Amino acid sequence: MIRALFLLVLFSTSSFAAIDAHNFKSVEDEKRFHALAAELRCPKCQNQNIADSDSPIAKDLRTEVFRMIDEGAEDESIIDFMVTRYGDFVLYRPKMNSQTWLLWNGPFLVLGFGVLVILAVVWQRRSR
Amino acid sequence: MRKLFLFAPLALFIGLGFFLWKGLYLDPRELPSALLNKPLPEFELTSVTDPSRKLTVADFKGDIALVNVWATWCPTCKEEHAFLNQLASQGVTIYGINYKDDLTKANDWLRRYLDPYKEVVFDPQGRLGLDLGVYGAPETYVIDQKGVIRYRHVGAVDASVWQDLSSVIETIKGEAS
Repeated sequence: MIRALFLLVLFSTSSFAAIDAHNFKSVEDEKRFHALAAELRCPKCQNQNIADSDSPIAKDLRTEVFRMIDEGAEDESIIDFMVTRYGDFVLYRPKMNSQTWLLWNGPFLVLGFGVLVILAVVWQRRSR
Repeated sequence: MRKLFLFAPLALFIGLGFFLWKGLYLDPRELPSALLNKPLPEFELTSVTDPSRKLTVADFKGDIALVNVWATWCPTCKEEHAFLNQLASQGVTIYGINYKDDLTKANDWLRRYLDPYKEVVFDPQGRLGLDLGVYGAPETYVIDQKGVIRYRHVGAVDASVWQDLSSVIETIKGEAS
């Protein structure tokens, strides 16, 4: 019983804080809206996505995302729309380009370096 | 030589520590404008002071100027307003964007605290603000004669911010001559 209650509490936290009334044309549209709103970062309240934030700017951006989805815009063009206005900052998953290359590949470089170090140590011990 | 390798973790720690320490002094709220070196977005909005007049982006071109995004609901805008008046009296061209505001309140404000703006456009829905990437008032942009955005400042303009803004203006002037 207590365990069930615990699980309930654990899984009930991922609700959307901000609720607007949007009339979606289809279920797919609604899904796309929630996916985009969860992935776009609020420029004002920096550690929230626009779905979670109550700030006026996040509401404006949600309205804008809704409008564009309703007009049949592709996800790609909606994201481009946001990036041209607010910069790469609004993306929680930054695009791969020359500036973000290190960000995306840095962990693999460090991993590779670690493997090299281990190999070097092993090789040295063997040859001794 | 081999002993030197023992210091590698220490060096790594110091390097990492340095970057984290530097990071403490970065202001995460200071976002670079995505519109830097791009022209002001197109708009067609009414004037705050004369709602029968339509203003477009062409009305903001011609001079090196400041574009100030403000609203009566924004306390920091009130704070900087006196300084903007002072700049206007020194001959700086300032255009205003009245962002998500009320026309009557905006006009009352301009009457009470004086009007430093050459033109003020009324942007009740914040459409122009959205196109500019505004995420909170006040924001101030420096534009050149062709209406290209050269600098963005988020927050109140005061004497120390003005030093940055005026140095950008000087640079633009230098290019022209």
